[in-house]
Amino acid sequence: MMGFIWFWLVAVMIVGYVVLDGFDLGVGILHLFLPRTEGEKRSSLRSIGPVWDGNEVWLLAGGGTLYFAFPLLYASAFSGFYLPLMIVLWLLVLRGVTLELRNHIDVGVWLALLDGVFGLSSAMLAIFYGAALANVLRGVPLAADGYFFLPLWTNFQPGVHPGILDWYTVIGGLVALVALTLHGALWLTIKVSGELEKRACRIINPLLVILMLLTVASLIGTIAVRPASLNNYYHYPFTFVVPAGVLAALGGIWWFNQKQQPVRAFISSGLYLFFMLAGACWGVYPTLLPATTGGERDITLSRALSGPHTLSVGLAWWLFGMALAVGYVVFVYSRFNGKVDGDTAAH
Amino acid sequence: MTPELIHRLHFAFTITFHYLFPQLTMGLALLIVVLKSIALRNGGEVWDQAARFWARIFGINFVFGVVTGIPMEFEFGTNWARFSQVSGGVIGQPLAMEGVFSFFLESAFLGLFLYGEKRISKRMHWMSAVMVWLGSWISGFFIIVTDAWMQHPVAYSRLPNGQFEVVSFWKLLLNPWGLLQYMHNMTGAVVTASFVMAAVGAFYLLDGKNKEYGRIFTRVGVIAGLASTILIIFPTGDLHGKYVAKNQPAAIAGMEGLFKTETGAGIVLIGQPNEETGEIDNPLVVNNVLSFLIYGTTKAEVTGLDRIPRDQWPSALPLLYYSYHIMAGLGTYFVALMIAAAFLLWRKKLYSSRWILWLLLISFPFPYIANTAGWMTAEIGRQPWLIYGLMRTSEGYSHVVSSGNGLFTLIGFMGLYALLGLLFTVLVYREISHGPTPQAKELRAAIAD
Repeated sequence: MMGFIWFWLVAVMIVGYVVLDGFDLGVGILHLFLPRTEGEKRSSLRSIGPVWDGNEVWLLAGGGTLYFAFPLLYASAFSGFYLPLMIVLWLLVLRGVTLELRNHIDVGVWLALLDGVFGLSSAMLAIFYGAALANVLRGVPLAADGYFFLPLWTNFQPGVHPGILDWYTVIGGLVALVALTLHGALWLTIKVSGELEKRACRIINPLLVILMLLTVASLIGTIAVRPASLNNYYHYPFTFVVPAGVLAALGGIWWFNQKQQPVRAFISSGLYLFFMLAGACWGVYPTLLPATTGGERDITLSRALSGPHTLSVGLAWWLFGMALAVGYVVFVYSRFNGKVDGDTAAH
Repeated sequence: MTPELIHRLHFAFTITFHYLFPQLTMGLALLIVVLKSIALRNGGEVWDQAARFWARIFGINFVFGVVTGIPMEFEFGTNWARFSQVSGGVIGQPLAMEGVFSFFLESAFLGLFLYGEKRISKRMHWMSAVMVWLGSWISGFFIIVTDAWMQHPVAYSRLPNGQFEVVSFWKLLLNPWGLLQYMHNMTGAVVTASFVMAAVGAFYLLDGKNKEYGRIFTRVGVIAGLASTILIIFPTGDLHGKYVAKNQPAAIAGMEGLFKTETGAGIVLIGQPNEETGEIDNPLVVNNVLSFLIYGTTKAEVTGLDRIPRDQWPSALPLLYYSYHIMAGLGTYFVALMIAAAFLLWRKKLYSSRWILWLLLISFPFPYIANTAGWMTAEIGRQPWLIYGLMRTSEGYSHVVSSGNGLFTLIGFMGLYALLGLLFTVLVYREISHGPTPQAKELRAAIAD
């Protein structure tokens, strides 16, 4: 029971992170080409200025939750994905620092450099996150002691000894790249106005078409690489509502965007991310990290779970703390409600 | 180079660089609350302006703290997997609590504090400064709880699969080691912030620009500096030291360079520990003082390294000794400097005494060194244990990460952090050059537009 609860609590943290940090990563990716004038760039960045580091907290809190609820998974996955995680850390450092620097520097040449680094690091983070999820779905070459180490790539084929990047995980990376770009564009349609808003609106439909194609490709790919992903769905057929939800959410983005209801379109995009992640989690449950080296080596819920007292105590403070945290998040977003352009109080 | 050494250097380097930022964040958060409180009570725009100036520096510092902090949580898993696997049930808890209880609070209200001054009332803005302060101090607490369990494991049992599990949540949080270390460490953060604030004030007074703010910063810095530099020695340092002596005799013997068990042990002020001969070279010793400091009597016996099996000696003995002596030596200097400055402040001569302003200006790096040396003392003193008495450091690193891969990312971090250090310096230099006055800010906005 505890295993079931904590599995989904960790999943909630991941969804929270992807939905929230997802839009500011998306704004970062769009920063490469969407805003043209200095004023537009500033409004675009001001739309994420007060919230981006709060959004990153979901990653930290999620990582911490994973650490104490499933220590073996945390230890095995973090050391096994050593190289890509370190690259993610460097990208997070570069992205955070260039965003902050931009508030303090006023020389055009340096601004161009900062914009480039900020945009590229955002894009690479999105790709890495997508590839990371695909790695978990595909499985890793676990040894008997529950550990593994993956190189960045081998022959780009998912097999017993794949690399971080193979054709399947690259598709995962592209899905994340496009999905978060779209998520960011939808955020901008809520937060900015004028030419920039119009341009953000115009790229939504093309992105949506690409995302639809990639989503289908990734679903087919997942079934091809790991047919067992469907077992839970066949066992509980009502859970096919999750993939249906993915399609409905995509439709919702299109529909609400046509009707110029940007907030609802943005929420639909959040739901798309939610259903994709929930579908992935359900596809592996109750395994946490599948082994390519044989099912008996899978890291399963029961194998990775912390001690019972740790988990029951943890549940008490976790629910209390997250209720508080959601309160702050709602409060802050409500304070920064509305378009950013009228606001010149940037620090 | 062995993998163990690489992984130790990896963590040591990234945590040392990281902690340059939070120590200022935590101390400055408190001082900003002080500035905002005075501004709210007397309605003085100057104090609000002073708070806004420090908020800008705080904002820069905070971001550098965040981006260098994220790797720390990851490194438990990436570089110390076997340690994380067995200890996650215990120390994963405070680490997750830091995220849940502190970072959400801190980041939410920092956004409001930095970006929202015009959208909220004065009282609410003051409130958000208080929340940022609370958030940063709660964060410090959970990290100390984590470290304290590694230094002095309490409230745990061992499961059949070898993992540790919490048996009492409150005993874990209220680990006496952690409470003492917390008081000592937070006072250290206030020392850093006080010295930085006083140094910027002294710079403005010496430079002759922004003198009004120079006086405010020097005054607040010196008053907070006097209080914190005394508190860091007594009672926090004193209590913490006695607790270490009781629970980690090997650490205290290494810190003091005490090779032989002695009654009426003296304290070594200067000298180089010689592991080969088991003596201090070129010593300058004050008799009986060490016994008195630890046990309150000059006759007490203090355990030396000779009573400790060689395989339990702190593995970097001279570094431990020097770290401790640097911390203690600088701490003594801090009190002397702050007493002199506070005396001149009281006699109303501080702002015109250029010699002490110069000393205040050039002394701001020293608290950073002292805080770093203090942490090195704690962590090197714990060696060769990763969890004191329970797990050796050599048993905890990620065995799947080869030394080549470890070195690759260590070098990567070194390069990246060298760049960060440069950028930080440039940014803070610019803020200090622009100064706190509204004119400077408007001018800057005009240039930017």
